[in-house]
Amino acid sequence: MAQRGVLMNQPADGILGRVSDLFFRKPGLLLLILLGPPLIWIGVVYVGSLVALLVQSFYSIDEFSGRIVREFTLKTYAELLRPSNLDIVLRTVLMAASVTVVSALIAFPIAYYAARFARGWVKGLFFIAVMLPLWSSYLVRVYAWKLILANEGVLNWTVEKVGLTPLVDALLSMPVIGGPSLSFSYIGTFLVFVYLWLPFMILPIQAALERVPASMLEASGDLGARPGQTFRKVIFPLALPGIVAGSIFTFSLTLGDYIAPQIVGSSRLFIGQAVYMHQGTAGNLPMAAAFSMVPIVVMAIYLWIAKRMGAFNAL
Amino acid sequence: MRFKRTRSGASLKLKIGAVAGLLFLHLPLLLIFLYAFTTEEKSYQFPPPDYTLKWFGVVWERQDIWDAFGLSLRIALIATGAAIVLGTLAAAAVARTRFFGREAVSLLIILPIALPGVVTGIALRSAFDIADIPFSFWTIVLGHATFCVVVVYNNAVARLRRTSPSLLEASLDLGANGFQTFRYVLLPNLATALLAGGMLAFALSFDEVIVTTFTAGQQTTLPIWMLSELVRPRQRPVTNVVAVFVVIITFLPILMAYYFTRGGEATAGHGK
Repeated sequence: MAQRGVLMNQPADGILGRVSDLFFRKPGLLLLILLGPPLIWIGVVYVGSLVALLVQSFYSIDEFSGRIVREFTLKTYAELLRPSNLDIVLRTVLMAASVTVVSALIAFPIAYYAARFARGWVKGLFFIAVMLPLWSSYLVRVYAWKLILANEGVLNWTVEKVGLTPLVDALLSMPVIGGPSLSFSYIGTFLVFVYLWLPFMILPIQAALERVPASMLEASGDLGARPGQTFRKVIFPLALPGIVAGSIFTFSLTLGDYIAPQIVGSSRLFIGQAVYMHQGTAGNLPMAAAFSMVPIVVMAIYLWIAKRMGAFNAL
Repeated sequence: MRFKRTRSGASLKLKIGAVAGLLFLHLPLLLIFLYAFTTEEKSYQFPPPDYTLKWFGVVWERQDIWDAFGLSLRIALIATGAAIVLGTLAAAAVARTRFFGREAVSLLIILPIALPGVVTGIALRSAFDIADIPFSFWTIVLGHATFCVVVVYNNAVARLRRTSPSLLEASLDLGANGFQTFRYVLLPNLATALLAGGMLAFALSFDEVIVTTFTAGQQTTLPIWMLSELVRPRQRPVTNVVAVFVVIITFLPILMAYYFTRGGEATAGHGK
């Protein structure tokens, strides 16, 4: 028994032994010592900062002096509800939604192949191919699209070689999504977002599909389902929790990004850019804080709906 | 009747979809490598008119890039160190014991990475403003360490769950005290997971820009240097070469992390 071990080494070990005995007798003390530093760090630095953010959003800025008035007011939130700001919110949420849908469509075949058919080194290769872009080089990956979408860049060069230039021109002349060129339009921003967040969609879908036993799909086929039916009635419902988990990432990341739309996109703002602009050049920290409450609230609603749909039950 | 279980291969459509998706993920990065050798200075012309190694030499001579690189390296190392200590402690507490508020603790640790980066950034910025803390090297480290903890934590928790508790009991039964058990039994089991978590935390910190812009003040880390070049391109060829270096410097630790944790367990879960 463990207790005998403690008894046996009692006299010999000196101070370290006695401390270790103390921890053994009082596991709560050990727990406290283990949890203390990380909780103090996260609790003070991070939760403290979030509280500071909330507090800051109830301050306001003095229009004449440009200084922050540290008194409780709802003025900043009233300003947040201006139509121009609501436009920014709507634009960002629509972008996040379309990025999420298209990411899921592109991610599914990759995840399905990796989960069902890839074996041995191919499987490792798939995993690395998804992990590398997920963990690294965010800026470089945005930059790559600046190269691709430039007027003299590879995409236009390819399009010209294939003879599809009229098609791209037609796309760019469309009212909302168009623009002077691909790298100054919503289409460009959209492509960059899909590219950036795709790995975050692939991994959860793959994880969900790994849990589907192959025999279940065989049973579906044996019972007379065509491949399409098996997909609709068996595979897709079982993959859905993974898709929802992935969509939480793609949605949240799109809501909070301010760099990609600044580098590739039109001059119309997204939420992240508005936050950045208000805290930086405008020096209006309360407005920036109030604006950053929007993604938090949107994500809370999103998570709540996902939970109501039962998406977490299967996770 | 078929007795042999046949696993029919993937359909052609699926194969094309999967391969096309992976190409979409990786061709743009290959393009970065191509552009590092271009002779064209003023535009992003494709295909490059000619190829040269000149820009690597130019970057080598640039003191501002070395400074930014050094700053990023120091921040990443210190933030990773802090994250390894804090993440391991939290993982040890959560994996081994059940206590009131355990779920809340894991949620709390994941929070900095679950919320959009701009929220983390502006929250830290608000706190520094309210507490009148001037921006410095340490404000950047503070931000980075906060979101790096979760990476180490995820790796350590996964490993601890796979380590059998009877190993620790056996060590105690054989007369080792708690510290000896930690040093000779737990740590060797945990080492590669911590190393992998540390590698990923390093890659994450070295590359971070969204939070950093809010906590850096006048300091220029390598990603901030790149960001300013992306917003207002001044020296495109130099930026291209730096981009290649950033890719290589962040890819190496990730590949090593994969090597340390391959076989069975997922590397650190997902979430950035």
